[in-house]
Amino acid sequence: MAGILFAVLFYAAALILAGGLGFRIRDYLRTPAPLRIPTTPAPTTGGGVVLRMAREVIFFESLFKGSLWTWAFGWLFHASLAFVLMRHLRYFTQPVWFWVDAVQAFGVYAGLAMVMGLCGLWARRFLVDRVRYISTLSDHLMLALLILIAVSGLSMKFLDHADVIGVKAFFLGLMQLDPQPLPMNPLLYLHLSLVAALMIIFPFSKLLHAPGVFFSPSRNQPDNPREHRHIAPWAEKLESEA
Amino acid sequence: MAANVTAPPFRVIPIIPAILPGAMEGLKPFVASDKIQEALGFPGELVEDWHDRAIAKMGELLTKYRSLKVYLDACVHCGACSDKCHYFLGTRDPKNMPVARQDLMRSVYRRYFTLPGKFFPKLVGARNLTREVLDEWYSYFHQCSECRRCSVFCPYGIDTAEITMAAREILDSVGYGQKYSNEIIGKVHKIGNNLGLPGPALEDTLAGLEEDVKEASGSDVRFPLDVKGAQVLLITPSADFFAEPHIDSLIGYAKVFHAAGISWTLSSMASEAGNFGLFIGNYEQMRKVALRIRQAALELGVKRIVVGECGHAWRVAYSFWNTLTGIGDGASDPFALQLQRQLDHRYRQPSHICELTWDLIERKAITLDPDANDHLVVTFHDSCNVARGSRMGEMPGGQFEIPRAIIRASANHYVEMQDATTREKTFCCGGGGGLLTDDLMDLRVKGALPRMEALKEVVDRDGVNFMATICAICKTQFSKVMPYYGYNMRMVGGVHQLVSNAIRLGD
Repeated sequence: MAGILFAVLFYAAALILAGGLGFRIRDYLRTPAPLRIPTTPAPTTGGGVVLRMAREVIFFESLFKGSLWTWAFGWLFHASLAFVLMRHLRYFTQPVWFWVDAVQAFGVYAGLAMVMGLCGLWARRFLVDRVRYISTLSDHLMLALLILIAVSGLSMKFLDHADVIGVKAFFLGLMQLDPQPLPMNPLLYLHLSLVAALMIIFPFSKLLHAPGVFFSPSRNQPDNPREHRHIAPWAEKLESEA
Repeated sequence: MAANVTAPPFRVIPIIPAILPGAMEGLKPFVASDKIQEALGFPGELVEDWHDRAIAKMGELLTKYRSLKVYLDACVHCGACSDKCHYFLGTRDPKNMPVARQDLMRSVYRRYFTLPGKFFPKLVGARNLTREVLDEWYSYFHQCSECRRCSVFCPYGIDTAEITMAAREILDSVGYGQKYSNEIIGKVHKIGNNLGLPGPALEDTLAGLEEDVKEASGSDVRFPLDVKGAQVLLITPSADFFAEPHIDSLIGYAKVFHAAGISWTLSSMASEAGNFGLFIGNYEQMRKVALRIRQAALELGVKRIVVGECGHAWRVAYSFWNTLTGIGDGASDPFALQLQRQLDHRYRQPSHICELTWDLIERKAITLDPDANDHLVVTFHDSCNVARGSRMGEMPGGQFEIPRAIIRASANHYVEMQDATTREKTFCCGGGGGLLTDDLMDLRVKGALPRMEALKEVVDRDGVNFMATICAICKTQFSKVMPYYGYNMRMVGGVHQLVSNAIRLGD
């Protein structure tokens, strides 16, 4: 029974996540950027822009310049999350890819580091008066959700082992459109429900910062306005009117 | 000095100040009259159905500007920008934190354009666009100088200037425009410059300048106006024609052209480099102002277009002219094509006066005697629009190096202010973005605090007595607010003022 319920939940969550993100990204792609507005000094070539974006996405370069504490906690959280996600690939691959095998041990430490990073980020929302002022209820809930996901996951590692073989069978079944039963475990149910909730919230929330950063004109435009004319379709229409 | 305005005290250790909610609440620059508004095609006064029209305008802008859409979505409230705005540091009003300023609009965006805001407004901080909210917009979107400093530190590059511009565009579209900026744009359309200085007055001023320079230097330095067939058309902020210390830089440009033997001209029709269309975020206004310059260039048949010392003007010229009017390369409408054929593409089009001067110095086509500025200990204030919205020369960062190189060639004593306050991290002077008006004096004085603190450090340590800058707004703002901080207004001046002192005219 739980297997069917979670199968439906995850199919719905995956659809909403992919559909919602796809819709959003299509929207970003279709909206023109009528003026060249890179924050300078900026790279003058496309290759330079790729490097700038890579530094931004991998190292959070601007945040590093902006606030060391936020950078430290934020980067710790995101880097750990990346390892945790890699560790979880073992539930979706058969046979397990060799590099997924290799990061298994790191994944556990990353889970702990992720909680530390999230707690640091949350502490700032209480301790720094400026950040407290701008925090909304959803900012707090988002951190609570992520921490609960991490803690429920770690609990299955350290406190109450879930039947990982059964879990893997369930997810492989989902991917082959052949739903399998899900092992009975309250922590597992909590963990999976929260993950599904996160997937559903993603395209409607500030989590859009993940695709958004790639579409930020101040970061993704090369600085070459004198050499190359840059004009949006709606702006070009003004030329024939005049 | 205004009687009731005082400078905030220098912080002993420049720590981030604690927030002081409501500190600048209700501050409101003069609202544009119906005459001013209608001259630009905006409604004369706040329209009856402002709510619906404002939301519709917001919807329109969301389809025209990717920046607005992405920036309203992407913010995670991390707070990296929260201590970066000079107006926040100077006023302590939390709504002057860039993220909080954006949230004034983001909250409305969420309510009308996103699902969570429609169904759970409280949860995500969404709110209706009420009259109070609209007034709050008018107040706090006129406490942003669109300097882009916050965008340097944002992990997603969110540029509050883009949001401020959109807000002002929406306010204009419902008949709630700002007097200062809109009146100035009207003057450019009607007369050709921000000051409303007509052609004959300009001619007189320039003739007077020729006499003054002859008297002071003995040389026949010319200030040509509307000369067809000149090689260079100089587009400079109109403040250069009469305001102090701006005029000393105009003399500097003229001496550079004179010494290098370059024929040049000013234009009475396009006697303004400034383009306040940028400040109100209106593409059509910005384009219309820029088109005057294309027309002047075509009529005068010049080979090069050079822009004088003006921060936002250089951003518009460098980053937007090619888009707006085809000055640069790659445009396809008939006038732009004609201009492309006419201009000499061995030079960058447009060029900054600093690019031109530095090129001449490097080629030894002009000679400078830095001893002439030995009475000065110089520092350089990077202007925000030059620093974060443009470039000079071939390399990224040329906008920092070229003016400094010119200063070093013109003066023997040069020191830098603190790194955290220069180059792309420079602080706005406090008067940019359409806020250089007396009805915002309190804000302007407070907004200058971070720069004044950095200046005080080098004054006390190195005896700095001259702060050079390449922006007409910076010059006006500093000469007005520096006395509040106990500094002489003559301490600020242009880079070409130093060049003017040092250049050998050779005749």
